[in-house]
Amino acid sequence: MPLVLLITFTYYPVGNMIWYSFTDWDGIDQTKNFVGLNNYIQLFTRPQYFQVFTVSLYYFAASFVQMAIALYFATLLSFRTRFKNFFKGIIFFPYLINGVAIGLIFLFFFRPGGTLDATLVALGLGKMGHFPLWLGNPGWVNISLAGASVWRYTGLNFVLFLGAIQSIPSEAYEAADIDGANSWQKFRYLIVPGIRRIISLSMILAIAGSLSVFELPYIITGGANGSGTFVTTTVQQAFVFQRVGFASAMAVMLTIVVLLITWIQRKLVPDDDVALS
Amino acid sequence: MKMRHVLAGFGVLVLAAGLAACSGGSGDSSGGDAFAGKITGTITVLTNRTDIVNTTFKKYAKEFEKAYPGTNVKFEAITNYEQDVTTRLGSGNAGDVALIPTAVGRAQLPQFFEPLGSEASVSKTYRFVANQSYNGKAYGIPTYGSTMGFVYNKDVWKQAGITALPKTPSEFLDDLKQIKSKTSATPYYTNYHDQWPLSQWNGDSGLTNNVDAVNDLNTNKAPWSGKTYVNISDSLLFDIVHDGLSEVDPTTTAWESSKGYLAQGQIATMYLGSWAITQMQDAATKAGKSADSIGYMPFPYQVKGTYYAALAPDYLQGVTKASKNKPTAYAWANWFAKKSGYADLNGGVGATVGSKNPATLNNFAKLGVKYVEQAPAPKGKENLQNQIMKESQIDLSGGIYRQKLVDVARGAASGTKASYFASLNQAWGQAVADNAG
Repeated sequence: MPLVLLITFTYYPVGNMIWYSFTDWDGIDQTKNFVGLNNYIQLFTRPQYFQVFTVSLYYFAASFVQMAIALYFATLLSFRTRFKNFFKGIIFFPYLINGVAIGLIFLFFFRPGGTLDATLVALGLGKMGHFPLWLGNPGWVNISLAGASVWRYTGLNFVLFLGAIQSIPSEAYEAADIDGANSWQKFRYLIVPGIRRIISLSMILAIAGSLSVFELPYIITGGANGSGTFVTTTVQQAFVFQRVGFASAMAVMLTIVVLLITWIQRKLVPDDDVALS
Repeated sequence: MKMRHVLAGFGVLVLAAGLAACSGGSGDSSGGDAFAGKITGTITVLTNRTDIVNTTFKKYAKEFEKAYPGTNVKFEAITNYEQDVTTRLGSGNAGDVALIPTAVGRAQLPQFFEPLGSEASVSKTYRFVANQSYNGKAYGIPTYGSTMGFVYNKDVWKQAGITALPKTPSEFLDDLKQIKSKTSATPYYTNYHDQWPLSQWNGDSGLTNNVDAVNDLNTNKAPWSGKTYVNISDSLLFDIVHDGLSEVDPTTTAWESSKGYLAQGQIATMYLGSWAITQMQDAATKAGKSADSIGYMPFPYQVKGTYYAALAPDYLQGVTKASKNKPTAYAWANWFAKKSGYADLNGGVGATVGSKNPATLNNFAKLGVKYVEQAPAPKGKENLQNQIMKESQIDLSGGIYRQKLVDVARGAASGTKASYFASLNQAWGQAVADNAG
């Protein structure tokens, strides 16, 4: 039974996608002409399709910020803290909001004279009308979008880290206390090794995530002004230029790249069993 | 346990539907007898008018059902019409009557729509038929037509001291500069964020008074030079943005609010199809201003002292091939074009031959604007321009390359007008050369 679901919703569509990537299908026509490797040749001979990967670097850098914030709060909130559950809720909440809603929220947030500008003015950090155009300025647009992405996904990392930290047996902490370890030492020698596996999982998610960023740039800027990512470009090819075959080739490429990077990363950082000593 | 069975059934169902989608729709039932049956029963009509489907369209349905007793018209309004219906057509699930998506190439029409008769005979009753015809057969009945021009706030233009309408692009730019210095309004609003408003800049194919202006692009290896309509209109857009006459941050614009801004005089001008006039007038009335404060002027370009403006249809309605009630569907499309009053509602040019132009275009009549309808692509070349757009990655009918143009013009992307237009020419010329023959 689960196999049926898996085949219906995963293997069958993926198989179709691979087949489309060898055709010139426009998305509607009843005949799909086989064009061999044509789509792939075009993809590799036109650098413009790969240039968009540089945009991913912004999101990749942001994912470190995101993990640092998440780890910090997860550590903090795994100890006794006032209003612990309230803060947990606040940090996780953005992850529960629908991506389209977040896109719209941030569109207003980044407007000239919008929420961000108003907040900065209230904090005395500048004067109205003297801020950069957060989305309009090509130097800022990807930073702004990556910031929105951090806001959205920190909650997920946080919950993963929190769960892992809480699974470390309390005897270990007690022993550390007896040995006179301070908070930093507990973090460095107890928590970090204890959640190594989750950190490495988060790394894989971060890489795959930053290569396939879609929702936020698609809704907030539509990929304009140099904020287009590989996936927004793919969607554009499929539905604006009606090159479903070519877009399928792009999607297949992305899958291969993500698999490759994950494999390299697993080779470099082997995922041994962790023993707390 | 029960849940499992339900899910299993669902999975199989979806799988079967997927297979059906691949195999369905083949075979060709030619001939006009498809509409010969009795006009009765239920039909489903797809529309893009989510805003009035429960009000005005309900009224249309009642009137139609009165004219043809025993019928029942249901509507399905689709927000993302173009993309959704294009996909649904492929699976034979697009109702009985559908607006023919522009993504469907003319050569593909026979796959999805029922022929309505010979192009020549349908053209005797309706305008714009050639736009959705293939191989001498007509596949669509028009709903209404539009022309192109600048919607503007008369009060703001008057306040800036402008009395005569501009006749050349440079006069137009001077006027916008005057608006910028004498009023607080944004002289021009690109609506960059929503992208499609930029596609309107492709609208005035008629301004050079050439019925083959669009077809000529298929052989022109450097359309962004000389007196082609794309060069004239894209140049004006570039100059407006470059001279700082448009909104400060184009990336955060919003179409729905822009109507109110124009009505209230915060925006002076926008380039839009004539269908937008009634919407702007509504916005003006809502803002407590007179509908008369909204003006409409032709593109500032004249050939021998005369303005020329494009006349082009909105979506045409077609009877889907998969329809089970073609006689009623056909009757609806005809009734809608002739009797519904939908064209007036949109301030549009009527669908039938010889219908009068709407009051919203009175100013065009006063100025002596002549209308130019583009000739459809010649036989065998119906899909050529689409192909050139795909290969050159210049979406002439869309907004992507114009967003880049705006970015270059405002200094957010590297390049100059000359270098950007040269790169457009290079890409377009390459695709033209590759597809020649």
